[in-house]
Amino acid sequence: MDAVVDNLDAYRQGFVTTLALTALASVLALTLGTVLAAMRVSPVPTLRGAGTAYVEVVRNTPLTVAFFFVVFVLPQLDIRLSFFVFAVIAVTVYHAAFFCEAVRSGINAVGAGQAEAARSIGLTFTQSLRLVILPQAFRTVVPPLINVAIALTKNTSIAAAFGVGELTAVGTRLANANGDAVIAVLLGVAGCYLVLTLPSGWLAGRLERRVAVAR
Amino acid sequence: MTEAVLYDVVGPRGRRRIVAGSVVGLLVIAAIVALALARMAAKGAFEADLWRLLTQANVQRLLGRGLAATLRAALLAMALSITVGALLAVGRLSHRAWLSRPVGAWVELFRGVPLLLLILFAFLGLPAVGVTVSTFWALVLGLTLYNGAVLGEIFRAGILSLPKGQTEAAYAIGLRRGQVLRLVLLPQAVRLMLPALVSQLVTLLKDTSLGFVIGYAELLRSGRNAVEFLGGRYSIPIYTAIAVVYIAVNGSLAFLARWLDRRTRHRYGRTVQPSVADEAA
Repeated sequence: MDAVVDNLDAYRQGFVTTLALTALASVLALTLGTVLAAMRVSPVPTLRGAGTAYVEVVRNTPLTVAFFFVVFVLPQLDIRLSFFVFAVIAVTVYHAAFFCEAVRSGINAVGAGQAEAARSIGLTFTQSLRLVILPQAFRTVVPPLINVAIALTKNTSIAAAFGVGELTAVGTRLANANGDAVIAVLLGVAGCYLVLTLPSGWLAGRLERRVAVAR
Repeated sequence: MTEAVLYDVVGPRGRRRIVAGSVVGLLVIAAIVALALARMAAKGAFEADLWRLLTQANVQRLLGRGLAATLRAALLAMALSITVGALLAVGRLSHRAWLSRPVGAWVELFRGVPLLLLILFAFLGLPAVGVTVSTFWALVLGLTLYNGAVLGEIFRAGILSLPKGQTEAAYAIGLRRGQVLRLVLLPQAVRLMLPALVSQLVTLLKDTSLGFVIGYAELLRSGRNAVEFLGGRYSIPIYTAIAVVYIAVNGSLAFLARWLDRRTRHRYGRTVQPSVADEAA
């Protein structure tokens, strides 16, 4: 227990790094994912194909492999950035595919009659998407988006293996330094993650139930 | 709703616009790809000797052994996770609060922490209390703890998605709770959740790559060892080969999941949908 209390400062630093990584990557991945989802439902075949190809390639590749490409291959091409930026890139590229799928399933969950009605009153594709489909899709899509963001939070832990001093890296360092309190040190790390993931998961579940009733 | 509902069958003007959009889209994508390729070519990423490396027997053997190690860990973890998941699902569905509450807490806790942390718990934590574990077992244990909890929720969703009449009819002919679950609910639920199960197994297979972190010689670690031995410039062909292997194996499993999903939906009208978030983690 002392090992945890004595190193609260290290924990705090790790926690802040994890938060920063999560926040940055979430915003970027959500943006990219929304663009990809728009591409995948657009009437333009090349955009649809490109969006589908991106999602299929990324969702079948482990995040660790994405990290490998960013951290080890980019420097080969003389692209040298800090480990933190590399981690943001890898996490963003990977999760954009899943944000895309969450948004797309939200669009698909809106009843076909809504789109037909929108079109029959003469709205264009952009108008029916912007005024009719997306506002409704947004409601169903929020809980899955939160869940993907939770997954992203947990996945930032992989950055520990690639030189970023976030929570898991702090945990490993402290565990190696305090051989007699490994379990306590790691439990502290687990607690930090649970503080982030459990309330968000609870919120997502609540929203999901609310939307389910409204439908 | 299919995407086709979003827009009309287009007329001549719309068709022209789509063609224009296609061309612009293609140009933008081609420009991005060309920029990347030019950069890679400038750094000599396409030199023949770099890629000829992949035809060498010892490199292939190394990667093959890595793949075998990956599959070994994945298969064992799959079998264990399915068992643990089934037990957790049954436990959480129990009417006895002293059983369902702790099991529910267990599931939420293990789903809430990163998989890597669970692997580290097994790898660093168990030796600290005097249990020696190999990297293989640390990886399998971490994967089982995490995926057992996730699969437990998938199984539970499968059982809960069945119509209430099934349970009531089973009780009405005098079956006990255990029998209802075993004879009536599980056989039906398994069919509905099979697609979600397979797609979670794809995630598990991807996650074996975390064995890299603790030094288990799976596919990725083998590739990294090869690159460390041969030099950094070989990272492009080797990591590309690894990515292709992962995409091939996972892609065919994902294809199987989608086929199962279509068939199940066709026969039973519905399936348990895998959550996008579970796929990501």
